[in-house]
Amino acid sequence: MADKDTISFDVQSSTGDVQRLELPDNINLSLMEVLKASEYPIPATCGGMALCATCHVEILKGVENLSTPSDTELDMIDTLPNAAANSRLACQIRLDHRLDDAVILLKG
Amino acid sequence: MIIQTDIAIVGAGPVGLFAVFEAGLLKMRCHLIDALPQIGGQLSEIYPKKPIYDIPGFPEVQAQTLVDNLRKQIEPFKPTFTLGERVDSLTRNDDGSFILTTTDGTAVHSKVVVIAAGLGSFEPRKPEVADLGRFEGRGVTYMVKDPELFRDKNIIIAGGGDSALDWTIHLANIAKSVTLVHRNESFRGAPDSAEKVSTLAKNGKINLLLSANLKALHGNGVIKAVEIEDKQKQLLKIDTDYLIPLFGLTPKLGPIADWRLNLDKNAIEVNTFDYATNVSGIFAIGDINTYPGKLKLILCGFHEAALMAQSAFHFVYPDQKASFKYTTVNGVNAF
Repeated sequence: MADKDTISFDVQSSTGDVQRLELPDNINLSLMEVLKASEYPIPATCGGMALCATCHVEILKGVENLSTPSDTELDMIDTLPNAAANSRLACQIRLDHRLDDAVILLKG
Repeated sequence: MIIQTDIAIVGAGPVGLFAVFEAGLLKMRCHLIDALPQIGGQLSEIYPKKPIYDIPGFPEVQAQTLVDNLRKQIEPFKPTFTLGERVDSLTRNDDGSFILTTTDGTAVHSKVVVIAAGLGSFEPRKPEVADLGRFEGRGVTYMVKDPELFRDKNIIIAGGGDSALDWTIHLANIAKSVTLVHRNESFRGAPDSAEKVSTLAKNGKINLLLSANLKALHGNGVIKAVEIEDKQKQLLKIDTDYLIPLFGLTPKLGPIADWRLNLDKNAIEVNTFDYATNVSGIFAIGDINTYPGKLKLILCGFHEAALMAQSAFHFVYPDQKASFKYTTVNGVNAF
C-alpha cells in the first residue's frame, strides 16, 4: 500500500452511516483534524492534547497497525463511560498509511 | 431575588473575563454565569498547567496563570459571578432588556447579553444505559455537591477517573454502603487514590467491582437497584439509593441552541462589525461564534470583546455617545 499517494479508510458515524475517506498522504494532520475538516461533528475542545476525549473513536478494523497509545491517551480513555478495547483518541493518531483500510467508528 | 447588571456574560472563560475589562472601561457593569464551579473555562477545567504561547506580550504563560491575571485585571470593575449553574432560559422584557435564568433558578436582569460560552457548557459524560434520563434527579446524580446527602445511604459510584476514586474514598465514611463500578481491571491515574480504594475494598469498607459494567436501572419513580455485569459476565442486581456516574465533563451547546440565534454547525453567526448576533442586544464572542475567517484563538476573542463593548454601550446608555479613551491616557477608573 505504501506506494500509493493517498490514504483511504472508512468512517462510521454514530448513526451507522459509513463514508470512505481518501486523502493525500503528504498532509501533516492528525486523524482528529482530518475528521473535523471532513465536517464530522467533533468539538475537539482541547485542540489535540488528549485532554477532552471529544474525538474518541473506536478502531473497528486495523487497530494493530497503529502506533501504541501514550499513557496520557490511555489515562483519558480510561475515564470514558463508553470506551471499548480498541478505543483511541483521534487527535493522537497521525494521518499516514498505517490507517489504510481501517474502519473508524466515531464515539465522541 | 433578581441580579441586576448592565451586561450578562454567559461563560467565564478568558474571553468572558476580558469582556468585563472592556465593558468596565465604558462604565458598564457585568455579571458572569458559568456552569463550572470555577472561572477560567476550559483553561482551568481541562488544561490549567499547559503553557500557551500565542498571548501577545507573554512568550509563554500557563493557562491557569492567564486566568489568574485576567481575574486581577478585571477586579477594578467589580464583576459578580454565578458559578456552578448552567444558563437555562432567556426571556425578553417589553423594554428590550433580558432575563437569564439558570437551572438552579437564579435570575439575571440585564440590558445586554454576551455569549462567551466557548464550545458550550461543560456537562457530565453519561454512561450508555437505558432509562438513565428517567432517574436523573431521582437517585441518579452526576456530581457530589453536598456529601451529607449520602449519609447512611446505599450508593453506587461508576467510573475510574480521579473524581470516582476521590469520592469513593470520601463517601466510604459517610454512606451506609459504597459500591464502585469500573469498566477496567485496574485504575490508571492517581496511584495513591487507587491504593486507598483497594485497601478499602480489602477491608470490606467498600464493594469494588472491576471489569464490570452498568447494564440496567430499576425503580419505581426513584432508583431502587442497578444491574451490573461483573467480570464473569454474570448479572448482579444491587439495591441502592443513589447511582453516581462520574465520567468527567464534556462541552454541550445546550439551551443556547434554542434562543433563535442563527447557528452554523453549533457556532453562533455574528457580524464582524461588533460581533452582534441576529438578535438585537445579544452578542457572541470567542470560540462560540463564527464568521468568515474565524480563528478560535484567545487573542481573537479579546479583540472581539473590545469591539462588542463599543456597541453594547448603546444599549446600556442609549442617550450617550461612547468616547473611546486609551488606558495609557486615562488609566483604569475603578467602580
